[in-house]
Amino acid sequence: MKAGVVTFPGSNCDHDVYNVLSKIFGFDTDLIWHQKHHLKDYDLLVLPGGFSYGDYLRSGAIARFAKIMDPVIDFALADGLVLGICNGFQILLESNLLPGAMKVNDNLKFVCKNVRLEVNNNKTTFTNHYRENEIIEMPVAHGEGNYYIDKKGLNSLIDNNQIVLRYASKSENPNGSVENIAGISNKKGNILGLMPHPERCSEDIISPGRSDGYRLFSSIAAGLKAGGEQIG
Amino acid sequence: MDWEVKIETKLKDGILDPQGKAVKTGLKSLGYENVDSVFVGKYMEIIIKDIPKKEDVSEMVEDMCKKLLANPVIEDYKYELNKMEG
Repeated sequence: MKAGVVTFPGSNCDHDVYNVLSKIFGFDTDLIWHQKHHLKDYDLLVLPGGFSYGDYLRSGAIARFAKIMDPVIDFALADGLVLGICNGFQILLESNLLPGAMKVNDNLKFVCKNVRLEVNNNKTTFTNHYRENEIIEMPVAHGEGNYYIDKKGLNSLIDNNQIVLRYASKSENPNGSVENIAGISNKKGNILGLMPHPERCSEDIISPGRSDGYRLFSSIAAGLKAGGEQIG
Repeated sequence: MDWEVKIETKLKDGILDPQGKAVKTGLKSLGYENVDSVFVGKYMEIIIKDIPKKEDVSEMVEDMCKKLLANPVIEDYKYELNKMEG
């Protein structure tokens, strides 16, 4: 299993994801610098959290035009698995790989805490190790996670079961996102963007007793192994 | 011909603007009771060099706004173009 984690100037969760993928799940993992023009053959690409280009203009707006994004978009449109976490989610939105946009959090605060989430769709490649409607817990850390999409777009997300994760209730929603949305996929299900940080709760030494992020990566890893066996 | 471009972006009508709402609260608490609404947007100035025709500058700025400077999903933009002297 080969994975690539893109490092933009200002990414700060790239090594966390690298650690989880390579040390816990045994992915052959590369950190990929944003100025590269080409990608090797990967089974999974991750756009990590952080503050690419200082979040200037809008979160993810400038990263979207980094050189590496052309091959990343080609990979995503060719059904490659792409995971965008936090700033990575914002970049996927700015790239139009996922619908909608991010606004500043409703309460104007940078929120950094654990939140409870509901697994709204456990049929995706990224979430099949969770139970349907399971309540899990993951940390969030963002100032612009207030997901917005117009009514028509929202209906399309609901109709196609693209809302993968929701904050468990309105009071649990840290940013004011519509329909308590915390993570969405594209229609085909090969691209997932989410504001919470699964890589920060995937091993006991970092988040004792809270390892709900582990199963997001184990879902991906199991899917790739099964796929590999079919092909091989 | 050189051009000075002044660009403003703001959230579309009907999309709740958390920053505008907070600023409105601030103005009200200063005693400006007649303040009805506040929208916070962004303002940018760009200098563009060596393009003779205004239409070409306009087309370029439209493109910049759509691709990067504004997010058409949530933001509107407007701009003015001024010829620069000498």
